[in-house]
Amino acid sequence: MKDTTLVVAGMATLSAGTYAFRLSGQVLRAKISFPPRVTRLLEAAAVILLAALVATTALTEGHGFSGFARPAGVLVAGVLAWRKAPFLVVVLAAAAVTALLRLAGVS
Amino acid sequence: MSSIRRTLERSPLSTAVLTDIGLTCLAVFFIGLSYGAVAVASGFPLWVPAAQSLLVLAGASEFLFVGIVAAGGSPFAAALAGLLVNSRHLPYGLALPPGVTGRGWRRLVGTHLMNDESVVFALAQEDLRAKRAAYWICGFGVVICWPGGAVLGALIGSAVHDTNAFGLDAMFPAVILALIVKDLRDSRILRAALAGAAIALAATPFLPAGLPVLLALAAVLLLVREPARAADERPAPVREGAR
Repeated sequence: MKDTTLVVAGMATLSAGTYAFRLSGQVLRAKISFPPRVTRLLEAAAVILLAALVATTALTEGHGFSGFARPAGVLVAGVLAWRKAPFLVVVLAAAAVTALLRLAGVS
Repeated sequence: MSSIRRTLERSPLSTAVLTDIGLTCLAVFFIGLSYGAVAVASGFPLWVPAAQSLLVLAGASEFLFVGIVAAGGSPFAAALAGLLVNSRHLPYGLALPPGVTGRGWRRLVGTHLMNDESVVFALAQEDLRAKRAAYWICGFGVVICWPGGAVLGALIGSAVHDTNAFGLDAMFPAVILALIVKDLRDSRILRAALAGAAIALAATPFLPAGLPVLLALAAVLLLVREPARAADERPAPVREGAR
């Protein structure tokens, strides 16, 4: 590992900043009273963020394509989840499909 | 053990929800294993993933931090990249009804427990009591399973080098997808979510990590006009606790 002091400083920055993000949204929410319609919109915004997180973590690695194995596993998981398969089945299917594809030489 | 069982029996959550939270935490544990193993394989001592997992408690940003520093980037740049990824916690805080994260000194702890999983489970519950219970139970589960997995992963990391061979990297998106699929059955939200995902994917080659996901928020605009019309069409009582 490189300079330990620098790494610790980076870790402290990331920890403190993340906590600040976690806190600031709540503080804003407590200060302003939102009408119910806006509240529903904020909840929908969280779902949109999570969906974008799914898409980027499934399909990309760095700035490029992640390869086929991972998105294929996530796609199978998505279909199973849509068909109301048990949660454990969904998540294990994602890992299993991805692992099997890699075993077969598909990256 | 019996006190845990009593707490769970008193909880306003159904057994099905509690089971899902348990399985989610198990998945988080496995992702933690791969994180710890990757960190050690990248040349970090065990205390780095251990401290990160406990103090940052946000998986994606920790993977990114370790990856950037291992690739020769400065730890400060890595921290900024991680913060960009974690900026989604601000809209999470806006989405949570006040009181879910606790009041007084408890909120200092409750705030730290905010993560993708605890937020989804909280939003999925109907009333405030259930939202609070789901948030805290899932939050505590993650605060145990994520660092626990990371430390164990770092310990066995020297033995298993290629955690991707087990498909563990597909587990995180699968977990989140399984958790939001209920919301996606609403066709308007599905359309907005797909648009948001497309925006994020299109931006990924050009923007630093974390920013594309935030850009996806533009898709909220698709929902801004329509709910007003929908609210006019439906009688008021139906809107009450419609989620």
